[in-house]
Amino acid sequence: MSQSPSQPNRLAQGGQVDRSRTLNFTFNGKRYSGHAGDTLASALLANGVDIVNRSFKYSRPRGIVAAGAEEPNAVVQLGASEAAQVPNVRATQQALYDGLTARSTNGWPNVQRDLMGMVGKVSGAFMPPGFYYKTFMAPASLWMTYEKYIRKGAGLGNSPTEADPDHYDHMNRHCDVLVVGAGPAGLAAALTAARSGSRVILCDEQEAMGGSLLDSREPIDGAPAVQWVERTLEALGAMDNVTLLPRTTANGYHDHNFVTLHERRTEHLGDTAPTRDGRRQVRSRLHRVRARQVVLATGTHERPLVYANNDVPGNLVAGAVSTYIRRYGVVPGNRLVLSTSNDHAYRAALDWHEAGREVVAIVDARANPDGELVERARALGIRVITDSAVIEAKGANRVSAARVAKIDAQLFTLAGRVEELACDTIASSGGYSPVIHLSSHTGTRPLWRDDILGFVPGTLKGMTSAGGAQGIYALPAVIADGIDAGSQAVQANGQSAEPFEAPLVAPIREGESVALYQIPHEKPTLRAPKQFVDLQNDVSAAGIEVATREGFESIEHVKRYTVMGFGTDQGKLGNINGMAIVARCLRRTIPEVGTTVFRPNYTPVTFGAIVGRHCRELFDPERYTALHQWHVEQGAEFEDVGQWKRPWYFPRTVNGKKESMHEAVARECLAVRERVGILDASTLGKIDIQGPDAREFLGRVYTNKWAKLAPGRVRYGLMCKDDGMLMDDGTTSCLGENHFLMTTTTGGAAGVLEWLELWHQTEWPELDVYFNSVTDHWATMTVTGPDARKLLAEITDIDLDREAFKFMDWREGTVAGVPARVFRISFTGELSFEINVQANYAMHVWKTLFEHGEKYQLTPYGTETMHVLRAEKGLIIVGQDTDGSVTPEDLGMQWAIGYDKPFAWIGKRALSRSDTRRTDRKQFVGLKPKDPKVVLEEGAQIVFDPKQAIPMVMSGHVTSSYYSPSLGQGFALAVVKGGHERMGDTVYLPMVDGTVHEAEIVSPVFIDPKGERQNV
Amino acid sequence: MFHIYCPYCEEHREEEEFHPKGQAHIARPAEPEACSDEEWGDYLFFRDNPRGIHHELWVHAIGCRKFFNITRHTASYEILETYKMGEQPTITAESLAREEKAGHVQVAEGGQQTVGASDAALASVKGAQG
Repeated sequence: MSQSPSQPNRLAQGGQVDRSRTLNFTFNGKRYSGHAGDTLASALLANGVDIVNRSFKYSRPRGIVAAGAEEPNAVVQLGASEAAQVPNVRATQQALYDGLTARSTNGWPNVQRDLMGMVGKVSGAFMPPGFYYKTFMAPASLWMTYEKYIRKGAGLGNSPTEADPDHYDHMNRHCDVLVVGAGPAGLAAALTAARSGSRVILCDEQEAMGGSLLDSREPIDGAPAVQWVERTLEALGAMDNVTLLPRTTANGYHDHNFVTLHERRTEHLGDTAPTRDGRRQVRSRLHRVRARQVVLATGTHERPLVYANNDVPGNLVAGAVSTYIRRYGVVPGNRLVLSTSNDHAYRAALDWHEAGREVVAIVDARANPDGELVERARALGIRVITDSAVIEAKGANRVSAARVAKIDAQLFTLAGRVEELACDTIASSGGYSPVIHLSSHTGTRPLWRDDILGFVPGTLKGMTSAGGAQGIYALPAVIADGIDAGSQAVQANGQSAEPFEAPLVAPIREGESVALYQIPHEKPTLRAPKQFVDLQNDVSAAGIEVATREGFESIEHVKRYTVMGFGTDQGKLGNINGMAIVARCLRRTIPEVGTTVFRPNYTPVTFGAIVGRHCRELFDPERYTALHQWHVEQGAEFEDVGQWKRPWYFPRTVNGKKESMHEAVARECLAVRERVGILDASTLGKIDIQGPDAREFLGRVYTNKWAKLAPGRVRYGLMCKDDGMLMDDGTTSCLGENHFLMTTTTGGAAGVLEWLELWHQTEWPELDVYFNSVTDHWATMTVTGPDARKLLAEITDIDLDREAFKFMDWREGTVAGVPARVFRISFTGELSFEINVQANYAMHVWKTLFEHGEKYQLTPYGTETMHVLRAEKGLIIVGQDTDGSVTPEDLGMQWAIGYDKPFAWIGKRALSRSDTRRTDRKQFVGLKPKDPKVVLEEGAQIVFDPKQAIPMVMSGHVTSSYYSPSLGQGFALAVVKGGHERMGDTVYLPMVDGTVHEAEIVSPVFIDPKGERQNV
Repeated sequence: MFHIYCPYCEEHREEEEFHPKGQAHIARPAEPEACSDEEWGDYLFFRDNPRGIHHELWVHAIGCRKFFNITRHTASYEILETYKMGEQPTITAESLAREEKAGHVQVAEGGQQTVGASDAALASVKGAQG
């Protein structure tokens, strides 16, 4: 056959590429052309590009080895623009499109002449496994420096530095039968299940469905196999119960038949997704499939043989040679030597020969190969060398010859003289490995089968495997097995199967294969030229042998020591060969060595697809109060509290200058202390509790007493876990004899509700009590300050007289004309009224308050001011001043502990444990810095003796610290060992910069210790 | 991601709707004050960590808000059954051992999920988890 001049390796005919459509592309800065239907890999081979990358560790030149997901070398960086960069794309899986721009991920400054390659060549012999660990171990602080250059040298691809213009999405799916892989087994399984009425999803990772049939030599029903593929796909496509997902990789097989499918919808069309009707299409989609049955028809990966210099460009696996010739019309060389342990690899030589190029020899490890394909090769006059193998490839940037010798695989020695055959391509095959990755994701142990020399999936409920994945390789048997697997899946769902009649495929008589992994060399493994096992991670047979000599016997340890099977490769080509070498070194069998477990993802998935729509403003829900718009219009700065957006402070513009947070907070604090302020406290958790046993229940979950709380009264409560540690606090109001309203911290709301349900449902189901979250139903506005009563009195019918409406009372009435509950509780230490109205009325009430509040200079304040005001009063915030190791007693809140309550409330018993009775526990105190200008750092450690040797004994830490405008100085809350007995002591806070602050331990209540201001 | 049958909703739902709450059937001592420090410490802090059958407390947090129990195999992650609060499991490590000895394959009833790979099957293939 003749060849295209611009693509020297492209055949004039054959394959499924469209020669009338030429596509231009750029690889490593050079322009090439290919055809529609090409992958980037087939187009590179068509153009005679030998070197596609530099190896990870030794920086050796590497070429294309395979034709599918198992390709270890041709891993490229894709994208013409910065925003479109995609790392880690396999050229064998990337469809060619016009304008495609790619470059090698490894190789600096370039793949042809590589600086690191010199290092590799010089030091290669001195880079045993663990080289990086051993060499760059000390000092640890320098690792970051080393790593920068190692990474630059190794090249692991780059993530884009600009925002991705594309979008991605997720889709949840359910089906009766998910079939993974649309080769002969998968198509047969899918058709059987579909005919039986099951809801079927059939996915396949390749550009076209058909799997091995796309390059099969074997006719089906007397016609080329692709015609059967077309007919079958047509039949499936016409059924409503079938979803076909081409270009879709099943990447992860998770618990309970949950499978994630990565559908690349537009990756074959360009760098970014095209637009349709002015809208950009979804670039790729993650399908989250819950399948009742999963049929794995994932096929096989052919194992290359492990011989010396088997990584020189021009070394391929045999099946890939057939794929490139038959599917893409590309012959990846001129003179072929094939090294094989089996019959099926003969196809590569037959295809090569039919393409009109020279097959120098077929080197067969068997003594008397006699299968049908062998006979056909011999009949074509192809030289078959038996009992032998290629022991070494010659050549630097491309294979120039194969060194061939008789071998004794059992004794692992050569058994005859070495012959050198000039050639530019060596194809090898050590047999097939079923693709068991997906089944391994579930934790299912693969099973070794001596008859096929490979692992097959173990058993898992809801999973079947079929065809090549199950170790069945002959085409008629594969189709029959697919039909069978489809029937089994349908029947497992309790339905009756309707299998179809298998098409006619003539069986091919095959001779027996032999076990062949690493090929012996004249020199021992450690001194022979490198024999690569894992090309992507640069793991050689010698490296594995060294690992076993150093005592790494477990396959898992060998894996971690040599990095075999790591990373995006996940051991697709090399794992079995690696295990065989470990087995040889340890004189064990492969099943005795065992296998490592493959992990998701099968091939890399872009972050875009994983994230889907859950990014930017949709990353996490945002919760707004009913007053949010007002805060926005007032220019509030916001703070995230859980999912809530809360006003942090309200900066004003004074003389054309916007206040800093410090200035705004100082102003807001003084407004509350001197006049009146208002806070949107709607985010506080609110739980409505009803039932005859509500009061009893409260007594069990709170540390303090609830038996006598009368309707109209409010009480502050502490909630502990049963270990005695504080978990939440808040006020609970008695709305009626059997009706209470509990408030929780903003962040604790959902957790506290679940906590109450937990105790009610699991321990005390006999209590008649019900809980409901009403957080969003009520808006809460806190009016606080000396003028609070005067302001509220203008717009309410509730009697606000200090005797009629006492501190810790609540009243029902109207505020601004709408029904309201008003609670006289205080988190600021000032006279306070918390107005609760239905959320829909909130804006009206809030605005009415401001209309009337103008004359009182009513000032809105945010969470920062709230924190300062409450800290001045020594009021804790759970989760800031406590951390899950603080008891109520540590906080000095003995007044809120009802030790004499009849029921052993949650946390009570733990408070008498020896640990909680220790007198040197960290206790809650105030700290007054000796220098009034100092605001201590929150989290700063406290020591009693600053002169002690480092490491010092840390005796406490600062939990809250602010500048107090009212006090005119900094102040802090802290926990200090034995702090309650240390009032007046001086403690020290050594800082990172060497300064040491001094502070005096004082009461945590800095303002109005008698509580007179809130009780007016 | 688990597919969990809520015995109250009587439907399989995605794991995202549930929260795990630790080992099931940990009863709070009726008289905490009567417990020694050690007994109380056991109740508070010590939990089983079996390889095999484990009874767990879960809550249908974004659903019916009901707490219920799950019997799960901690190696295969298979859920063998789910049952309501106050009920006892029909499948336990002991019952499975008995059934396995007798050579029976168990299928749970009603809203329960079926039994899958047994310990023996899991142990039959060598190789550590990677």
